[in-house]
Amino acid sequence: MRIVMIGHGMVGHRFLENLSSKSTEQHEVIVLAEEARPAYDRVQLSAFFNGKTAEDLSLTPQDFFSNTGYGLQLNTRATHIDTIAKLVTTQNGDTIHYDKLVLATGSYPFVPPVVGNNREGCLVYRTIEDLEAIRDSALKSKVGVVVGGGLLGLEAAKALKDLGLETHVVEFAPRLMAVQVDDGGGKVLRKKIAELGVGIHTERNTVEITDGEKCLHVMKFSDGTSLETDMILFSAGIRPRDDIARNNGIAVGARGGIVVDNFCRTNAPDVYAIGECALWEGKIYGLVAPGYQMADVACTHILGGEDKEFLGADMSTKLKLLGVDVASIGDAHGVTAGSINYSYVDERTQTYKKIVVSADGKKLLGAVLIGDVEAYGDLLQLKLNDMDLPANPEGLILPSLEGSSKPLLGADALPMKAVICSCNNVSKQDLCNAIEGGVVDLSELKSCTKAATSCGGCAALVGQVLKCELTKRGVEVKKDICEHFAYSRQELYHLAKIGNIRTFDDLIAKHGKGDGCDICKPTTASIMSSLWNEHILKKPLAGLQDTNDYFLANMQKDGTYSIVPRIAGGEITPDGLITIGQVAKKYKLYTKITGGQRIDLFGARVEQLPVIWRELVDAGFESGHAYGKSLRTVKSCVGSTWCRYGVQDSVGFAIQLENRYRGLRSPHKIKFGVSGCTRECAEAQSKDVGVIATEKGWNLYVCGNGGMKPRHAELLASDLDSATLIKYVDRFLMFYVATADRLQRTSVWRDNLEGGLDYLKAVVIDDSLGLADELEMQMQFVVDTFACEWKEAINNPETLKRFRSFVNSDETDNNVVFVEERGQIRPATVSEKAGRIAVAEV
Amino acid sequence: MTNLVKVCAVEDLQTNMGVGALVKGEQIALFKLANGDVFAIGNFDPFSEANVLSRGIVGDLKGHKVVASPIYKHHYKLDSGECLEDETVKVPAYQVVVKEGAVFVAVA
Ligand code: SRM
Ligand SMILES: Cc1cc2nc3c(=O)[nH]c(=O)nc-3n(C[C@H](O)[C@H](O)[C@H](O)COP(=O)(O)OP(=O)(O)OC[C@H]3O[C@@H](n4cnc5c(N)ncnc54)[C@H](O)[C@@H]3O)c2cc1C
Ligand code: SF4
Ligand code: FES
Repeated sequence: MRIVMIGHGMVGHRFLENLSSKSTEQHEVIVLAEEARPAYDRVQLSAFFNGKTAEDLSLTPQDFFSNTGYGLQLNTRATHIDTIAKLVTTQNGDTIHYDKLVLATGSYPFVPPVVGNNREGCLVYRTIEDLEAIRDSALKSKVGVVVGGGLLGLEAAKALKDLGLETHVVEFAPRLMAVQVDDGGGKVLRKKIAELGVGIHTERNTVEITDGEKCLHVMKFSDGTSLETDMILFSAGIRPRDDIARNNGIAVGARGGIVVDNFCRTNAPDVYAIGECALWEGKIYGLVAPGYQMADVACTHILGGEDKEFLGADMSTKLKLLGVDVASIGDAHGVTAGSINYSYVDERTQTYKKIVVSADGKKLLGAVLIGDVEAYGDLLQLKLNDMDLPANPEGLILPSLEGSSKPLLGADALPMKAVICSCNNVSKQDLCNAIEGGVVDLSELKSCTKAATSCGGCAALVGQVLKCELTKRGVEVKKDICEHFAYSRQELYHLAKIGNIRTFDDLIAKHGKGDGCDICKPTTASIMSSLWNEHILKKPLAGLQDTNDYFLANMQKDGTYSIVPRIAGGEITPDGLITIGQVAKKYKLYTKITGGQRIDLFGARVEQLPVIWRELVDAGFESGHAYGKSLRTVKSCVGSTWCRYGVQDSVGFAIQLENRYRGLRSPHKIKFGVSGCTRECAEAQSKDVGVIATEKGWNLYVCGNGGMKPRHAELLASDLDSATLIKYVDRFLMFYVATADRLQRTSVWRDNLEGGLDYLKAVVIDDSLGLADELEMQMQFVVDTFACEWKEAINNPETLKRFRSFVNSDETDNNVVFVEERGQIRPATVSEKAGRIAVAEV
Repeated sequence: MTNLVKVCAVEDLQTNMGVGALVKGEQIALFKLANGDVFAIGNFDPFSEANVLSRGIVGDLKGHKVVASPIYKHHYKLDSGECLEDETVKVPAYQVVVKEGAVFVAVA
């Protein structure tokens, strides 16, 4: 049998995958594809702007066509179908006979018929080529407008914003995402997006685009207003690409779309249509998951099966648009007769949640969630599986108040037929089958069931099912840090502590296997330091350290090191500044003020480190532990001593805290901030430990983070005196050190802490675990045994021996080359090194 | 022709740690394991383009003795110089002979 397919998009490719895995005999398959490349992931298209390449987005493994023997003709548009002779003609005039024909032509972006819509910089958002054009146009533009405030329009707006343009969205309807979101949700969404600096213009009908004054174009609206812009992206909906059917006698709907039945058959014999070009019961599905279902149905039918039918699909969606979480389920507008709405609006956090419940109050019909979509998974499952609602359904969207517990669904409550991943139609049963078959980790489960590999919206739920099923089967969920230890960091910490283990060799002999690696060795080193606080370069410990810890400095890209002396609280005397300046000058180091209120000296070679530190130590400086997973800095603001608003001495307290916790080794680095008043100039709420002065004392915040995923710290206790605050911080930090995972900042640790902030408060303030004394004692031990690592290192001839480039020569690394820039050194680039003679060496 | 070049005394090496050496102008990373075996590979890490492998952590992974580059953490087999993460990448590996308390390395 020869199968011809027109279009190689997402759904077309899924059809081919199904065909190759399901058919028992080899069929001849010819794919005619208009685009220049094989199928790629259109859903993730925007990732192209975040550095993903066309190859990254490809859905087609390189050897797919050679392995299956299917034929793919790129850059080949089909132009004509003869449904009687069963022939397809291509743009080159070739005719191909088919036994079965599959139309998977997708859709095209609708561009409203406005005068001037084809001017330069008027673009659409559908293919990789479109995105390339947008990127090029953005380089020449300052302002960009997206026409259309639907799902895709908002995604396009995000792209323009990320490309650095002043961005506007123009929408015909009175609200954004009119299809998915109701009025109340639309308001919250609008406010959130406006706050991001995107201009929103609803109820605007564009009538003309002409030459602008400040920008390339001006858009004129029917209400007399106008907007100047350099580029325009049309995202005003999609239209099915049904022309090839329409022109050849295949039935299409009144408003477009190739009419199909439950087997995805068109009215022409042996011709099928799937994906966005197909019209089923008067509906076009503009999402990929229903298309995938159609691909499955059509494939089954072509191979002779009648057991699968397309019976409509769920259009629920969960998205992050411009950083705002939005979700919509089922009957979001509450149009079902007699339905009851419950809604919850929190204007402070700009959260909107609504559920639509059946007249008898038993079933969920729909939902809208803006700002907080945590409930999406549970709500969707309730809807899809037609499950009974709990007695008080409002609990599903109300924030959990203290004492009341949420009627949580959890993975266990779901029926086996529940579809967990709708993109790939994977049910709980499918997941369980895979787990039964021996799958034990998430990545394996994803690759063998395909769950969570498209939009990713179901990833959390897939993870929960896995965990829950494994636990049921008595399989322990793996937390092993590496192949040498079948333990988590927390477990190793306790094994070492209880067993009084002081060396890595001892630990691996008793509890591990093999020689160890660059994961378990530094982890052990950190645990040993937290527990016993011996010098990290003592013989058995030295080989465990990352190079940064081993050389007590931070390795840079060229193999040289940086040097960061401690400048507690950011306070430094003029003499201190002069010393640092003199040392830097003498050794020709690059100097920079860091983001942590101190000074970093870059470009020191291994053999220079001890000499430089000798000078710094002699001048009274000590190690700043910039290299360690340990306390980094305690940032301070100037506080009540000088500042007219300050209510406490924040600098003094910051120095006291930094000197107390300096050198403490921990699962990850720890940062503090101390602000002298509520204006918060030290940004304490972005730190692991934040302290803010009040009239009565200090407020203590914990578990904040800057960096990759910022998190605001949470208030642990208010109006503390200094002694109580230190007591709480002792307990908090030691509890973290004892229980966190490797490389887990306090923020992530806190997010994974069962019981959350209340639990943490109970442990730290109320001593609910009875551990307070022990935690404090342990901290006091670390404080009492503190010694400057550099001071010890330069006074120990054994240790000093290691600071050399070569064991057999006093020469230095000739690949380390500097050039001068803005009056200081910087590492030479590869090409500068190649033409070394030409550059001025310093 | 390969010559054995004397580099240092065995006791200059610390167990399970690396040191850099300069042998006939080539930068080499030497490692001594707990069982006394000594390995030599190139010191240059092709990913970071810096001479740093002697400063990596030594261990074993998937049955191979390896060192982890301290910059981007690629692992290289101590016996062959092959990179575990990218089979197209390999650093030079040198034959090592330990004789009368001294370490000799074979270079071309
Ligand atoms: C030098 C400095 C940049 C500067 O020139 O200002 C810096 C430099 C590095 N940072 Fe940073 N960070 C520096 C302040 C910060 C800050 C600002 C602050 O502390 O207020 C942050 C955000 C705050 C935070 O941590 O929450 C910051 C967030 C990070 C992160 C992301 C951490 C996270 O949880 O997301 C990393 C990566 C990591 O640790 O895994 C990182 C990692 C690094 C590393 C260690 C990357 C590396 O492995 O080479 C850099 C080497 C430092 C060196 O060679 O000395 N650096 N880094 C700053 C040193 C501060 C100091 O005096 O010690
Ligand atoms: C930016 C963007 C974001 C999206 N985000 C989501 C999302 O988050 N979730 C979601 O579910 N969906 C999303 N979608 C929609 C999703 O991409 C589509 O539903 C899906 O791609 C439809 O697949 P298809 O195969 O039907 O059509 P397409 O992927 O468009 O493939 C059709 C192919 O057929 C070719 N073709 C057409 N006519 C001919 C012809 N005559 N001859 C030869 N070839 C022809 C076309 O060139 C095209 O390559 C998004 C779409 C875009 C553009
Ligand atoms: S932000 Fe990135 S590049 Fe800059 S110092 Fe920090 S880690 Fe290095
Ligand atoms: S629901 Fe989209 S990947 Fe599973």
